[in-house]
Amino acid sequence: MNKRRVVITGMGSVNPLAHSAEETWAALLRGDLAPSPIELFDASTFPTTFAAQVKNFDFAARVPSAEKHVHAGRHCQFALAAAVEAWNQSALGAYADLDHQRLGVYLGSGEGSIDFENFVSLLIEAWDGRQVDTNVWPDLAFERMDLYREVEQESNMVLAHLAAEFNVQGPAFNVLTACAASTQAIGEAVMQLRHGFVDTVITGGAHSMIHPFGLTGFNRLTALSVRNDDIPTSSRPFDLTRDGFVIGEGASILILETREQAEARGAKILAEIIGYGASADAFRITDQDPEGDGAATSMRAALADADVQPEQIDYISAHGTGTKQNDQVETRAMKAVFGEYAPKVPISSVKSMLGHLIAATGATELITCVLALRDQILPPTANLHTPDPDCDLDYVPNQPRKADVNICMSNSFGFGGQNNTIILTAGK
Amino acid sequence: MADRRVAITGLGVVTPLGMGIEDVWAALRDGRRGVSEISLLDPGHFPCKIGGQLLDFSARNFVPKNYRKAVKVMARDIEIAVAVADLAFLDSGLITRGLEGKGEPTVDSKRLGCNVGAGLICTELNELGTAVNTSVTDGKFDFKTWGKSGMSNLTPLWLLKYLPNMLSCHVTIIHGAEGPSNCITCGDASGHLAVGESALYIRRDAADVVIAGAAESKLNHMGLLRQGKLRRLCTTRNDQPAGAVRPFDADHAGTAIGEGGGLLILEDMDCAKNRGARVYAELVGFGAACDPLAIDVLRPTAGHLGLAVRNALASAGIGPEDVDAIVAYGTGVPGEDLAEAAAWREALGEKARSIPAVSFTGATGTMFAGASGVQLAVAAKCLAEQIVPPTVNFDKPAEGCEMNFAAETRKVKIRHIVTGSYTVGGQSGACVLKLCEK
Repeated sequence: MNKRRVVITGMGSVNPLAHSAEETWAALLRGDLAPSPIELFDASTFPTTFAAQVKNFDFAARVPSAEKHVHAGRHCQFALAAAVEAWNQSALGAYADLDHQRLGVYLGSGEGSIDFENFVSLLIEAWDGRQVDTNVWPDLAFERMDLYREVEQESNMVLAHLAAEFNVQGPAFNVLTACAASTQAIGEAVMQLRHGFVDTVITGGAHSMIHPFGLTGFNRLTALSVRNDDIPTSSRPFDLTRDGFVIGEGASILILETREQAEARGAKILAEIIGYGASADAFRITDQDPEGDGAATSMRAALADADVQPEQIDYISAHGTGTKQNDQVETRAMKAVFGEYAPKVPISSVKSMLGHLIAATGATELITCVLALRDQILPPTANLHTPDPDCDLDYVPNQPRKADVNICMSNSFGFGGQNNTIILTAGK
Repeated sequence: MADRRVAITGLGVVTPLGMGIEDVWAALRDGRRGVSEISLLDPGHFPCKIGGQLLDFSARNFVPKNYRKAVKVMARDIEIAVAVADLAFLDSGLITRGLEGKGEPTVDSKRLGCNVGAGLICTELNELGTAVNTSVTDGKFDFKTWGKSGMSNLTPLWLLKYLPNMLSCHVTIIHGAEGPSNCITCGDASGHLAVGESALYIRRDAADVVIAGAAESKLNHMGLLRQGKLRRLCTTRNDQPAGAVRPFDADHAGTAIGEGGGLLILEDMDCAKNRGARVYAELVGFGAACDPLAIDVLRPTAGHLGLAVRNALASAGIGPEDVDAIVAYGTGVPGEDLAEAAAWREALGEKARSIPAVSFTGATGTMFAGASGVQLAVAAKCLAEQIVPPTVNFDKPAEGCEMNFAAETRKVKIRHIVTGSYTVGGQSGACVLKLCEK
């Protein structure tokens, strides 16, 4: 089978550091740090009191048709803004031959934020001391809970908004494989293109779990950093003093199309995706496979798909969450795949600056890979000052680095063991 | 690389009509009806008090002994998925590490993929309510108390009960599936989309076997609220639950929430033949589409299913004249039935009126993501048995829904069968299954 080649022609991002792809890149090269005290609700007594939040985001200014999306929740607004940015960069709006029935959307979008205030007040008012009284709760709920806020929590609703915005009529997928979701979405979107189901795909991810139950859930799992006394430097991937990840939010969207279409319409090609791999740890819901076998399988599958050797990889954008376990396991996995070359390949985790955008994280990190290819510079792993003997590779600590970058690998590993890897080149 | 072909070699289903494909098939053939008054929770003041329930159901009976403890951290959707997966593997004759007492695994873990579609999993209100009500000051939720102590009333793994990818994750862990693993969350279309995508894992040689489909339960407070607010539920027939949901029928008046799931074992055709597997069908076509107007969730949509079906036929290399049977969705919500019937006509033209078709929602209620998985399993069984089971509660078609549904079981010569689904939010998916010549 002759593979159809897949290129990136547009990118957009709204995240805790910036509200566009280009500004994000500048912030990462400056070493800006996103974590700050939570302002979205009173988290002052939670084990973790901070997060990487999107601030000063002006939806109406970013999305000209904002009034069409009055019911869009927080992460959906981020997605729309990122998509408009990506769409504009791709110049698809001026492509008269765009076939909307062969335009798809493939996202790794999270669930929408809960209507917290109404939800908990009903739980309290309709509580009979033992359980929710169904002679009371339905009446209150039908009266007070808003249809749209409820329905928009379904994770397929961001698809609906993007479809409405760009008149998408082709295949529409959403996947929610936790922290791997948007990497998986992009990888599977590539496969949809290669197999010929679509010619153009809007892809990426969006998520916000910075709400009381999101923070509660991760705090109960003890997955988050609790470095409340030094919030800006709380995200410390690969550092000995790391104590968990920093929850973030945002959206990143990329426009993918066949190389053939991009060239025919004279689009500017930003990068080419040449490899995708996926695997599952099949180990435990709470822990990664300690040997990193699942992560290694994913990387090997992507290398095989791209038909490149490990030594050809010039840069790895790590999952690098800053949890004790992930960074150790990921390091082990990279060593297993790259062997003697492992210490020579530069690796960084931009989560050290951005925080962990959960479902949106992989797409955001992939954008940084595209910009690293363009500018021949690697973003650093910030806050890396105390080496961990178990994490002894080259993580590009604290300072960006000039480098010859031709092929990049980006990794994402989801809670529950779903692993995904994408390999890309500048696509010249 | 020669294009690899995809066989369907195992079917797993859990529905209000029963557990396992043989039980469910027998119930469908007999026209049994599984919607009843809700007893899983007190329906109290909910306007719709009927549903398709799984009674006396627990995943504990479907997992290896050493995994029973983990059932405690499974939301009901996850329990359904885990049970369906067990049934699907058992039906396939493949042995995984999750099948106790069957012998050494016969599947290479690295070549076994998993793709279980899911919906938004609802938190159990009574569990969360117990915790929330420890943090109340002056009748209001008190964040400070919650942060200090309230939240510790939730089990540490609370979040993991509700992540939609946990359907797939538990299945991968139990059965040792280390290949590609995904979780499609496109509402009721998830099963068709998951199966369509999973076929690509096999075709591109990333896996030899994939377990794919979907499972869901919205039979809970939030489900009844949200579907009620969407005006999709039948609220006028609480006293006659079995006959309440009437897909495509002139008296259709809304749906009822059912719970269930369906998973298929997809297998590389050569692998299947080499092991002498029973092949229910070959998966030969897949299509997907979406409706850009579906942003208005109160406007009934079939998610541009017509285009999805056309795409599926095109990828199978067949035309409407080659379609011998249809497994439709049919929620019983009047506007949706109309939109769906129009979609089948868009794809199949006049033939849509005459091709034998079935919808089982009248018997099970709307199982959301789970429905699409069950539709696929039923389609495979129709092919294998050369039978189209009855559409229960269908007497005469609603205007605009003129399709060939029937109240009785029909023997039909089927070479190609098409099945499709769609969801609130506007996505749709369709698959074409083909009889596998001996």
